[in-house]
Amino acid sequence: MKNVTLTINGKKITVPEHTTVFSAAEKAGISIPALCRHEDLEPKGACGMCIVKIEGQPGYKRSCVTAVEEGMEVLTSTAEIRDIRRGILELVLAAHPADCLQCIKHGKCELQTLAERFEIRDLRYDRYTRGLPVDRSSFGIVRDMNKCIGCGRCVQVCNEVQTVASIFFHGRGSNTIVSPAYGTTMGDSVCVNCGQCIVYCPVGALYEKEAIEEVWKAIDDPDKIVVTQIAPAVRVAIGEEFGLEPGELSIGKLYSALKALGIDVVFDTNFSADLTIVEEATEFLERLKESGPFPLITSCSPGWIKFGETFYPELLENVSSCKSPQQMLGALIKTHYAESRGLDRNKIVSLSIMPCTAKKFEAGRPEMRSSGARDVDYVLTTREIARMIRQVGIDFRNLPDGTPDPLLSRYSGAATIFGASGGVMEAALRTAYELATGKALEKVDFVDVRGMTGVKEAEIDVDGTPIKVAVTNGLANARKILDRVAEDKRRGRSSYHFIEIMACAGGCVGGGGQPIPNTLARRARRIEGLYREDRSLPLRKSHENPEIRALYAEFLGSPGSEKAHALLHTKYSPREQYQFSE
Amino acid sequence: MSNIQYITGFATLENPLDIDSFVAKGGFSGLHSALAKTPAEVISEVKRSGLRGRGGAGFPTGLKWESVAGDDERYLVCNADEGEPGTFKDRFVLEHAPFLVLEGMAIAAYATGAQTGYVYVRGEYPHVVASLSSAIASAVKAGYLGEHILGSNFSFNVEVRKGGGSYVVGDETALLNSLMGNRGYPFLKPPFPTEKGLWGKPTIVNNVETLAYVPYIFTHGAEAFASIGSSGSPGLKLFSISGHIAHPGVYEFPMGTTVRELAAAAGGILGNLKAVQIGGTAGPIFDTAALDYPLDFASMRKAGGALGSGALVFMNTTVNMAHVLEVTMRFFAEESCGQCFPCRYGTRQLAFMANKIASGQGRLEYLDLMRDTTHVMVGASFCPFGQSIAFPLESLLDRFGDEIVSFIKQQEFLKEAAV
Ligand SMILES: Cc1cc2nc3c(=O)[nH]c(=O)nc-3n(C[C@H](O)[C@H](O)[C@H](O)COP(=O)(O)O)c2cc1C
Ligand code: SF4
Ligand code: SF4
Ligand code: SF4
Ligand code: SF4
Repeated sequence: MKNVTLTINGKKITVPEHTTVFSAAEKAGISIPALCRHEDLEPKGACGMCIVKIEGQPGYKRSCVTAVEEGMEVLTSTAEIRDIRRGILELVLAAHPADCLQCIKHGKCELQTLAERFEIRDLRYDRYTRGLPVDRSSFGIVRDMNKCIGCGRCVQVCNEVQTVASIFFHGRGSNTIVSPAYGTTMGDSVCVNCGQCIVYCPVGALYEKEAIEEVWKAIDDPDKIVVTQIAPAVRVAIGEEFGLEPGELSIGKLYSALKALGIDVVFDTNFSADLTIVEEATEFLERLKESGPFPLITSCSPGWIKFGETFYPELLENVSSCKSPQQMLGALIKTHYAESRGLDRNKIVSLSIMPCTAKKFEAGRPEMRSSGARDVDYVLTTREIARMIRQVGIDFRNLPDGTPDPLLSRYSGAATIFGASGGVMEAALRTAYELATGKALEKVDFVDVRGMTGVKEAEIDVDGTPIKVAVTNGLANARKILDRVAEDKRRGRSSYHFIEIMACAGGCVGGGGQPIPNTLARRARRIEGLYREDRSLPLRKSHENPEIRALYAEFLGSPGSEKAHALLHTKYSPREQYQFSE
Repeated sequence: MSNIQYITGFATLENPLDIDSFVAKGGFSGLHSALAKTPAEVISEVKRSGLRGRGGAGFPTGLKWESVAGDDERYLVCNADEGEPGTFKDRFVLEHAPFLVLEGMAIAAYATGAQTGYVYVRGEYPHVVASLSSAIASAVKAGYLGEHILGSNFSFNVEVRKGGGSYVVGDETALLNSLMGNRGYPFLKPPFPTEKGLWGKPTIVNNVETLAYVPYIFTHGAEAFASIGSSGSPGLKLFSISGHIAHPGVYEFPMGTTVRELAAAAGGILGNLKAVQIGGTAGPIFDTAALDYPLDFASMRKAGGALGSGALVFMNTTVNMAHVLEVTMRFFAEESCGQCFPCRYGTRQLAFMANKIASGQGRLEYLDLMRDTTHVMVGASFCPFGQSIAFPLESLLDRFGDEIVSFIKQQEFLKEAAV
């Protein structure tokens, strides 16, 4: 690649050709303001904040979509440019509710940050608000178009990164809003609740449906026993809410914090991740014995499940019957745990702490009531639990490491990597290999399926049988593999034995409930944190987990038993793209 | 003033959809002679004629055709979106001389290697969609369009598409997005449509009138075309004339004809002239000094405006400029596509302030704020639409600012007096 040398604010800098002026400036230590550009997304040049002056060219150029040229002389902040930027901000703010104090994004809002940076102290324009109703119809996502600044990131993510195409721009000019097709609500749309739109929204126009109030009520109710679980990806991200680095393992602090909040029992979803692996590996080996149907597709990502039900109903028979770890543990909390402690299951409030907004949807599904009622009553995202910790005023960074409660909380390294794309596959291979061969696996690391790459493929030898696997993250990437599987199916063949699909880029570490910023770069660092923990744990394989062994011995019988099926497995059915509610 | 006619000459045909009478009047002879040349020769003829685009920007047509590069699969788009208030000349051409446009398209396609053509017709012109489709069918039947045109190896098919009814879609990049089924948002150039247009393929976009003048070059010759009009702006031009004028309508005159001459040709101003807006709603509003402006690209640029689509809206002394301000700003707010922040919010605030002024609730600070807003829009709007708001707004404030100030004060006074 060729290099190009240009001057930015009088400073010479050399960058590879095709670099944008925006990125070149960033390299030169100058942060050009922007409201629509995001480092993970294709720049579209909507906001106009990033304009710069290029010597010898008329007018101003949008630096996010202008490529560097040899000898270019760029000025990023002249008096007139500052005036224009302030003008744009004033225009945006005049159309924006003055709601910061009540806003979920307060303190983390890109609009607020720029307004402060550009010293917008008063508005010369008359303010107006849109008076649009807030859409709370969805399990996971709240949509408040009064606060939307129309940057288009959510539309880009939903259509290009996820290819769900649930939301689009509607209307013209200042009436532009983001909405599902035909003006339906989020709840009635094809939205899979992945929450990726939320984490890319610069303002508080899209956010998680909070359950904090309800959870406080349960904690404060002396008759209720609040039992919680924590998903793998939360432990390497929650620290960011308190100023720690992405990837820093904070599970011990989180156990302590949850106890300090007054939560009665703390279990760990990592335990049920191990359980999922034992059940799923058993299912896989059965299919190997019966030669199919292949491929087996993982089922722990609820965003992917709704996507599959909607767009690939013909592949549902390929989806593993295993519930997700959240739902397995939920069912066990209300059955095994309640019984073993002699508790009335109706007094248990089952709470889970998830990196994911789709988990809120999953917990409410009719399939997820094996205990007779909701197996998981409330789902809190990483961001919500951090808010609760802040409400109480707990000094999270300096908390001592706590421990979870026994019975449903021990875990292996295989469980913790569930939070990374490729982790479920790797964990399943570790167990399937040993169950199939009866031999000890020498090399537990399957590095081919790790990392942020959208589609990963590998071939693994299990006792002489070559097993073809594929791992995808981000639903656009899932489509690439699923289209191939569907094509194979029509032709009566199969290219893969086992496929892992995660709805979000990078896997659960990048879920819609994770701390913001939730950039791809941060997701990669969280993934490193998970593999670090995996390496550090004494047990690396799910089936070696002693609490798992005890669970089968005392309660479930054997993997794939009738009881296991009743509590831990389910079936999904095709779903109409649009369900118009009355 | 000369009496040369071309498009308006064909427009006198009794039945514009009767291909035989069009041919009898010399129609399609341009296509015959163009097909006798190589495509490169056709392009060089058009370059010699000096023909410049009639869609607003005045880009040299020959150069545009020559710049088509890349892929073998190419498209030609006839821009018939015509959303500008006060502009109705493309509709006139399509209604009265549709075959002329089709002939021009066939020549353009032959020159540039386009196999498929689209006519993107403004949504508010459904009758044009119907009549054009019938004209295309007749032309195909007679061998002027379709496969092996006039027995040659050259094939070219034309389809009609109905537009989504927004002004900004007239911008060629937004139009291409709309044709591809996307939202009608403009995109940034480069790459230009001639490199990457419809479905990433090289695409030529020309205005209806531009294409309708192409056959002239191949029937009367490039020199004949170049000898009409003024230097740098050769040929004839259609003008849409409306407002306080005796006979509003479409007039065909050589480039360089003055506003005064046009007004006279249209039967004269009704009442006393106060202002004239030239080039469409996105053009400046001039005072009576404009009567002596020659209407061509260079002269209008020198006068601080643009020839644009060739629309002239005359206003007499009964017109309240505060109301002109309001109507103009409302147009921008209603037509802004909303893709970029400066234009999306700027047009809304401008319309809001203009509305307050016109309805007697104006404040003098608005006038400065309006200028500041325009400044932001000129500097940071994504496409020419948002940038062009400076033309009408600044010209109004510069030339008629005093009137607007007194109007604001007078309304304030009336309000106070009423208390
Ligand atoms: C906001 C906007 C609206 C436009 N509307 C039209 C239109 O209605 N018709 C048209 O021919 N060109 C319109 N144009 C110009 C086109 O982008 C393009 O320059 C033209 O179609 C090219 O044809 P020409 O070279 O034959 O003039 C518009 C441009 C802008 C920026
Ligand atoms: S979105 Fe940002 S600017 Fe708007 S109310 Fe919330 S914090 Fe304030
Ligand atoms: S949650 Fe996911 S599927 Fe739903 S609108 Fe947002 S990005 Fe699209
Ligand atoms: S909802 Fe958020 S991400 Fe989507 S366009 Fe509005 S401000 Fe941008
Ligand atoms: S300037 Fe106006 S019309 Fe052009 S892209 Fe921006 S919002 Fe759309």
